[in-house]
Amino acid sequence: MKRYIAHRLLQGVLLLCLVASIVFFVGRLTGNPADLMLPEDVSAEDRAALIQVLGLDGPLHEQFFIFVRNALHGDLGMSIRMRQPAVEAFFSRLPNTLAIIPWAILLAMAVGIPLGVVAALHRGGWIDRMAGAIAVLGVAIPSFWLGILLIFVFSVQLGWLPSGRMGGPSHYVLPVITLGTFLIAGFMRLVRSSMLEVMDSEYIKLARIKGLRESVVIWKHGLRNALIPVLTLWGVFVGNLITGAIVTETIFAWPGIGRLTYEAVIFRDFPLLQAVIILKSILILSINLLVDILYAYVDPRIRLA
Amino acid sequence: MNTQTVLEVRNLHTHFFLRRGIVKAVDGVSFTLARGEVLGLVGESGCGKSVTALSIMRLLPRGGARTIQGQIWLDGTDILTHTPRQMRDVRGRKISMALQDPQTSLNPVFTIGAQLREALMRRLRAAQAAITQAAIAALRAVDIAAPEQRMGQYPHQMSGGMKQRVVGAIAISGHPDVLIADEPTTALDVTIQLQYLKLLKRLQQDTNMAILFITHDFGVVARMCDRVAVMYAGRIVECGKVTDVFAHPSHPYTKALIASVTKLKGSSGRLPTIEGQPPSLMDIPIGCRFAPRCPHAEQRCRDIYPPSFPINDTHTADCWQLAPS
Ligand SMILES: Nc1ncnc2c1ncn2[C@@H]1O[C@H](COP(=O)(O)OP(=O)(O)O)[C@@H](O)[C@H]1O
Ligand SMILES: [Mg+2]
Repeated sequence: MKRYIAHRLLQGVLLLCLVASIVFFVGRLTGNPADLMLPEDVSAEDRAALIQVLGLDGPLHEQFFIFVRNALHGDLGMSIRMRQPAVEAFFSRLPNTLAIIPWAILLAMAVGIPLGVVAALHRGGWIDRMAGAIAVLGVAIPSFWLGILLIFVFSVQLGWLPSGRMGGPSHYVLPVITLGTFLIAGFMRLVRSSMLEVMDSEYIKLARIKGLRESVVIWKHGLRNALIPVLTLWGVFVGNLITGAIVTETIFAWPGIGRLTYEAVIFRDFPLLQAVIILKSILILSINLLVDILYAYVDPRIRLA
Repeated sequence: MNTQTVLEVRNLHTHFFLRRGIVKAVDGVSFTLARGEVLGLVGESGCGKSVTALSIMRLLPRGGARTIQGQIWLDGTDILTHTPRQMRDVRGRKISMALQDPQTSLNPVFTIGAQLREALMRRLRAAQAAITQAAIAALRAVDIAAPEQRMGQYPHQMSGGMKQRVVGAIAISGHPDVLIADEPTTALDVTIQLQYLKLLKRLQQDTNMAILFITHDFGVVARMCDRVAVMYAGRIVECGKVTDVFAHPSHPYTKALIASVTKLKGSSGRLPTIEGQPPSLMDIPIGCRFAPRCPHAEQRCRDIYPPSFPINDTHTADCWQLAPS
């Protein structure tokens, strides 16, 4: 188990180096980043000054060396717009995103998993088709449209819930629904297909031979096995959510890292964008590692291998 | 031996209704099982043995399988009329089943102990500690060494033979009157097979449960069973005491089987091939199912399925040759 974790850590570090290099070189490939940040009618001196401040005047390999060295010291540059270190900006916003993501996953699981189980148990019947339709709807509806629709109905028309910004529990409802809906289908489909396979297995037959109640057979013996493949994809789902948070946070004026990404783009805050991409990669990689460890815990065959 | 009947299957028909046609996997099976008796059910692979067993357990696979006719009398009630709830009470306690493949029969994510305790909890409404003790005793009863340690282990940590014994322990944990053992040793290697058969025989004698022992191995029948029923293409073609059937096989199919086993004495004793193929269960001949392969087939064999003719008062066979002339 320890060797497995060490192996995964090493993999993660290599992947991260790759991401960082790509971010760096793609950034330079598209021209001098200074030009992206400056208005078109800037004077030559101002431009030269900025280039020097940003360390963009040396040869490329030297710039990369400086970038790596700074990164290793936790310095991913200054945000131009916010005049604060990009890393600081990221971490001050991160808790706000982490405050909605678990709820969104919980919502998606709470709806998607039972829907998948019920669909599997009624394979081919109308319940299965209904569940499939709900799931497809969840994917097909774009987040921005759903978000705006929810705001229109529940904030503007009914006035029940706030339309944006952080605040008490009521502020969470609409962003969480918008973010979570998108994942319902993922959970539902996975659970359905793995549940179908599991319920045909011999150990389910033995559970029934023992005379166990059907609910125990399904929700204990069946689901616990059916959830193993779901868990392996959990990391992917969280990754999806972190990406999906860009749209949701923008619509609901939610001050998280999704909205920070959006701001970095529209305000051409190049160092910030670079930092956000790298830090999000670290975040997603750590979550995946965590999930793999959890997976090993749930499936004894891996734990003891 | 007590001759009180505990299980009687009458004219059982279980068919698979598939898009490409109807598979008549079980097509008129009848037999009785006395308390404490071991009845062998032998036949080539695909003749309907497992479907017979699953019909009795009422655990047919999904996808078009239905028992459309017949009665299954267990302890005086026809369990085909049971509600799912009533059926659940019967399973494990009155009738139970040990499955064929030990590798896939145990749930991989729960410990042996948890799976055994769960089965015991239905019978013993006792405290947790007492159930754990009962589970350890059940493992000991199937010759598992160091059962206290095994309780906390997962199926993948055990050998095939050990898993099969755990499956056996689970199957009989409810003290059933009838155990169906569906080829319980096919997946095991030869020395372990013998061990398991001896264990099963001992447990059977200790508890006086009746066993429907499904196999395709005549050698195992001789070792394990009091009576034997020979199945061919969805029907039982001959049934009698093991000694009678071996000494006077009366159906041409049984004769061919036994002849080939004796010829191969010393080898594994498995059913060897007989000239020709069993009929497709989707397209069964109207007359005797064995007629196309039978050296003695006459016109009436092809036209009408023969009734069961008695050879003695416990031995019958479905063959026109036995008709009194
Ligand atoms: N799930 C299934 N779907 C369709 N046909 C089946 C299924 N299971 C069994 N059958 C059919 O029933 C027949 C009897 O199968 P089975 O009882 O498993 O044979 P065996 O005597 O080897 O145990 C087979 O020939 C097969 O065609
Ligand atoms: Mg079989």
